[in-house]
Amino acid sequence: MSGTENIWILVDPLRCSGCRLCEIVCSLKHEGIIWPEASRIRVFEFFPGINIPHSCVQCPDYPCVSACPEGALSIDERTGAVIVNKDKCVGCGECYKACPGNVPRIPKGKKYVVICDLCGGDPECVKVCNEAGYGALRLIHMDRRKVRKIFAVDPLYKAKLLAENLYGDKEVL
Amino acid sequence: MPYGFHGRLIDIDLSNEKIRIKELPEDIYQKFLGGRGLGTWILWNELGAKWDEIDPLGEENLLLILTGPLTGYYPGMKICITGKSPQSNGVVGSTISSEVGIELKAAGYDGIIVRGKANTPVYLFIYDDTIEIRDASKLWGLTGTETIKALMRNVYAELRRREGIRGIPKEPAILYIGPAGENKVRTAAVMSKLAHAAGYGGYGAVMGAKNLKAIVVKGTGPLPPVANFERFKELLRVVWERIFKVGTLRYWGTGAGGYTVGAEKSAEPIRNWQEEYHDDKRIGVLNFEFKYWVKDFWGDYGCPVTCMKLSYIKYGKYKGALTDMPDYELQAYLGTNLGIFSAEKIIYLAWLVDEYGLDAINTGNVLAFAAELYQRGILTKEDLDGIELKWGDADAFASLIKLIVERKGIGAILAEGTYRAAIKLSEIKNTDVLQYAVQVKGIAVGAHGIRSKIDYPGPISYAVSVQGGDHTSTAVKELPARSARGELISAFDDSAVVCSFTTFVLGFEERLDFLNTVTGWNITSEKWINEIGLRIIHLQRLLILLGGPDVYWDPRIHDDNPPRFYEPLPSGPAKGEKVDRNEVVELRKKYYQEMGYDEYGIPREEVLDKLGITNYKTALEKIRKRLGV
Repeated sequence: MSGTENIWILVDPLRCSGCRLCEIVCSLKHEGIIWPEASRIRVFEFFPGINIPHSCVQCPDYPCVSACPEGALSIDERTGAVIVNKDKCVGCGECYKACPGNVPRIPKGKKYVVICDLCGGDPECVKVCNEAGYGALRLIHMDRRKVRKIFAVDPLYKAKLLAENLYGDKEVL
Repeated sequence: MPYGFHGRLIDIDLSNEKIRIKELPEDIYQKFLGGRGLGTWILWNELGAKWDEIDPLGEENLLLILTGPLTGYYPGMKICITGKSPQSNGVVGSTISSEVGIELKAAGYDGIIVRGKANTPVYLFIYDDTIEIRDASKLWGLTGTETIKALMRNVYAELRRREGIRGIPKEPAILYIGPAGENKVRTAAVMSKLAHAAGYGGYGAVMGAKNLKAIVVKGTGPLPPVANFERFKELLRVVWERIFKVGTLRYWGTGAGGYTVGAEKSAEPIRNWQEEYHDDKRIGVLNFEFKYWVKDFWGDYGCPVTCMKLSYIKYGKYKGALTDMPDYELQAYLGTNLGIFSAEKIIYLAWLVDEYGLDAINTGNVLAFAAELYQRGILTKEDLDGIELKWGDADAFASLIKLIVERKGIGAILAEGTYRAAIKLSEIKNTDVLQYAVQVKGIAVGAHGIRSKIDYPGPISYAVSVQGGDHTSTAVKELPARSARGELISAFDDSAVVCSFTTFVLGFEERLDFLNTVTGWNITSEKWINEIGLRIIHLQRLLILLGGPDVYWDPRIHDDNPPRFYEPLPSGPAKGEKVDRNEVVELRKKYYQEMGYDEYGIPREEVLDKLGITNYKTALEKIRKRLGV
């Protein structure tokens, strides 16, 4: 395997503690401050204990990139990450509308969207999650297969599945 | 702009439906930090002059929800709830884990002052610059889970609409009360996330008295900047790395305590503290972990410990019960102290008190108090509305919990908490039952006994604490009183507003380094111990001595342990051990001196002057007059 080609952040939701150290390292790196809503990975918790790490899965057909009217989104050929050109992005929201996972986010006060850039191949979130011993995020090698897009769904949908897994027929959402 | 905090509080008057932003200068934060310290200052300033006349469950009391300068930065985010306590009639810094801490800061505020009382049930909705008082009549009466579900459905859908093309926001954070708080049960907690409670102090009842069901917060902005960013990142990593190496606290939380505090320390309350030793392996952590934990690591924002674990009962009579480990305090207070040695039953009762929004410590304390009165024939089946309150009978205790929440029959008396119930029952039964009340200044003693001398609190740890029986704010085990231990350190954690389960990996100097790195201040250990921390404790001391209007404290009587602690332990390796009354008197005297109090434990004018506390003359006169000294 040469370099960092075709990497993917595999999420194991049963291992996620909801500690959000991933969000902290992400916003510290990308924004230079702790900023939960500007983190490129966010852990949703619509009901206590149902922790849903949510981020870009790099769909092989990149609907966000195609939808961008400004040409502000591109694909990092090495990592497969979606790269946002902040100068070109006008914050129109077309990428968000095109994303089946509702991943892109325009942080408060910003005119551009933020999307996971895989930290250029060595994602901080994955490192801290493993240092902490949880292993809910793992960096694996995976070609740009269609299966990636299976995970590009709304976090509420994911939460409903996980809730049933953990709590059975108890209605929590 | 300050570093680490905003200098802005939301100030809401529910009586007049007025909302304003209160700005505070940085020097107030430097003098009191935030959380417990800042709260005590606000209460002293606004209510100090008539403190003894203010009913904690009346319209005049304030409910304060405050972050601190370290909230969101130091690993393990907390928020501090305070006000005039309906348990101690003083100030209790009641700290709870809840993302409301980080959401508030991300919305641009350090905290919320809630004053007055709404005419009908309301909840607060805070979404960046939007602050609204909203109708909660449909939420009134709902349990914890129901409240979370209802608010999450409605508010989250609204937030998504409002964020529009900016993308979906994360869920809002919620503080709420259950039916117990609504009914002003004095052992009610302010709750969050199912099983998180600001337990000590009874602030759930204060929230209920204000007709305030919940506080829902969503902030979408960044946290305030820190003074020294590079150093901050280094320190963050130091704390993380140390915590990642922590052993059982990460893996079991405090869930092993139900067995170990009894078996290894002889310091666990059993049957209303009639014993403190057991070797009952049925409540060993194994029986919780292997059978009931569906989530082995659960934490709140930024917590590297994740000491919480989720217990869930999937089958049988108690199917559907969902709670934390339960935590040691709950294993003890809803388990051993009720004579219950079953993991399943403890989980069930923990779930029940969570759902009703009760503090398990103070509620478990009053349940066991009632059960001992039943054991002694002082309370009968008839007194208890037909309940045969036998040790170990979880269903009987569950029935009594319901009566307390609804304030029905005996429940109306027990809903006042152990101390007030003991006074009332002593009158009704014409016999002294205060001797069975294991509390200090209206606050149940946490589940760490002092008789065996093996656990962390010492002979005067509860007796002289400004937070009474609160095991998270005990006075020093050994003197000197002014040291980086005991209450002065608890006051730091509650005022910087951080979790004591994450700060323990740092020495006190290192914690101050973290604070100074975030804020750009230069607070030394000496300054904390002899000035800032001491100032907070002095104000809390003044206010608890003012007390009132229904109960007051006399240090000569109430700076003391519950009578039970002077009885010898009846069993275990520490059999025969008890607290030595002379030692308590001697230590208390020295403690007063070292803190700077007079011989009666009253703060002295010269010390108050030195600490920069003003307008204390009337308070001191009132205290002295009442005590006749």
